[in-house]
Amino acid sequence: MADFWRRFRRNRGAVVGLVILLLVCAVAAFASVIFPGSPWDMATAPFTPPGEDGMLLGSDSLGRDVAAGIAHGARISLMVGAVSTLASLCIGVSLGALAGYLGGWVDDAVMRFTEFFQTIPSFVFAILLVAIFTPTITSVVFAIAVVSWPPVARMVRAEFLSLRSREFVQAAEVLGKSRLAIVVTDILPNALSPIVVLSSLMVASAILLESALSFLGLGDPNLMTWGFLIGSGRSVIRLAWWMSVFPGLAIFLTVLALNLVGEGLSDALNPRLARKRGGAA
Amino acid sequence: MELSRLPGFLFRRGVKAALVILAIVVCNFFLIHAAPGDPASVIAGQSGAADERFLAQLRQQFGLDQPLYVQLWIYLKGVLTLDLGFSHRQQQPVWTLIAERLPATLLLTGAAFAFALAAGITLGTMAARRVGTWADSLITTLALTFYATPLFWVGLMLVLLFSVWLEWLPSFGMMSVGVEMHGIAVVLDVASHLILPALTLGLFYLAVYARLTRATMLEVADQDFVKTARAKGVPEGQVVRRHVLRNALLPVITFAGIQAGQLIGGSILVETVFAWPGIGRLAFDALLARDYAVLLGVFFCTSVMVVLLNLATDLLYAVVDPRVEVEG
Repeated sequence: MADFWRRFRRNRGAVVGLVILLLVCAVAAFASVIFPGSPWDMATAPFTPPGEDGMLLGSDSLGRDVAAGIAHGARISLMVGAVSTLASLCIGVSLGALAGYLGGWVDDAVMRFTEFFQTIPSFVFAILLVAIFTPTITSVVFAIAVVSWPPVARMVRAEFLSLRSREFVQAAEVLGKSRLAIVVTDILPNALSPIVVLSSLMVASAILLESALSFLGLGDPNLMTWGFLIGSGRSVIRLAWWMSVFPGLAIFLTVLALNLVGEGLSDALNPRLARKRGGAA
Repeated sequence: MELSRLPGFLFRRGVKAALVILAIVVCNFFLIHAAPGDPASVIAGQSGAADERFLAQLRQQFGLDQPLYVQLWIYLKGVLTLDLGFSHRQQQPVWTLIAERLPATLLLTGAAFAFALAAGITLGTMAARRVGTWADSLITTLALTFYATPLFWVGLMLVLLFSVWLEWLPSFGMMSVGVEMHGIAVVLDVASHLILPALTLGLFYLAVYARLTRATMLEVADQDFVKTARAKGVPEGQVVRRHVLRNALLPVITFAGIQAGQLIGGSILVETVFAWPGIGRLAFDALLARDYAVLLGVFFCTSVMVVLLNLATDLLYAVVDPRVEVEG
């Protein structure tokens, strides 16, 4: 563990990313302490510029505090990012493990299925799913999970293919362990580090996808989100630039932080690769 | 690849593409059934009279009282003849609506793709040549930045900068409204409207292509034939252009071809921000009106475009790279 942390720390960007990420998490956790009351309530006159009237980041067309909206939106963004990534990991890992371990026609079938999902334009498909199952937080998470599992399945399959024929797996087979036990206790732990790296990037893209959906008006109508804030600032951008600038910065910082952390994780978990990259970069 | 094996390869890829399209149609069909309210109740709702007998009559008229597989068969036959259904909100066939908007989307995505590919490869090459210097870090940082920025927000920021504050470029639409123009003036007008949306759509992919070009170039630069070229005394510029770049470009172009489909998805956001009259904007309007027929039509058309693009990329790759293996 100490070794892991030492390698992670060597990547300066990753440390900066981790700090930003922790800050965003803190804002999300303490949103109702810093900004008590509902972010939907009117707090001041409409279109108050940033810094005036106690509004740190200005107010929107209905006099709502933009800063409060961003703080409360952080919860939704992080939650959607985490839950939809977990869901797509479940789909991707099980399908990838199935294909990689069993091989043969199962592998063929699963890979065709995966290819199909990789071929269809994912964003259009996500829009369609949310629109048809009516926009709620559940349907948004579901849609994001459905369009983002294929890379996981492909990667897990590749890992399983290469691990399946290794000696420790053969040993477990000879010992008479059940297939399920071998997959879960022998192969999966060895395939974990690329899954961890990939999932930090998936949380980042899930947050981007969620913001895009709610920008188009496909967010849960009862929840304040970053995408919704930008969407409502779009038509009044000439009048109130702060309404769309600040929520966008929040998305940018969070996604950037997640990407940086992902790179750090990859360096720390695959030291050989990191040194090679370090030599080149 | 030997040319004699090309027809078989073409045939197999064609069959595969057709199967994917078939799967999309079936998927579409079931999504229609999952959508709230069947078409009959939608029409009945619009006409204001919704007694049971009228509904039953409508259902019979649209074949909704048939078993599911019969309905699927009817739907499949319809799609094959480009009948993607009827938009009851706009009182027009879906295909007509899409065909009307398609050229604008193709212009936008085409421009964005060309820009992203050209600029991405240039920047990636520069970064790979100056590994470790400030130029490399700058380009890597820029790539990371565009990677982390929501597409629609970049669009809004560009509008804010170039249209609201600097007043250099128009912020919405495809042509100036209410101005009589001819010939070259029209082209210039459309071009000035095209710059911001194409830039917005292209920046993200620029970052992707720049990173990829850098990575593949560094990989190729390690190989023996490059060392040999250097040892022979080939000038550095020529090594980069003729040996490294030429071999690094192939994976980049293949990847770009596969990614091109995702550009179409991104264009929904960009067209919404810039009020660009393409199928993305059509999809957004359909979304607001919950016009599922149009949404499904847009999904079908974009999927078909992606499949065709992938097919074209496969072909290009097989023809350009003789090492490519011919298999299923």
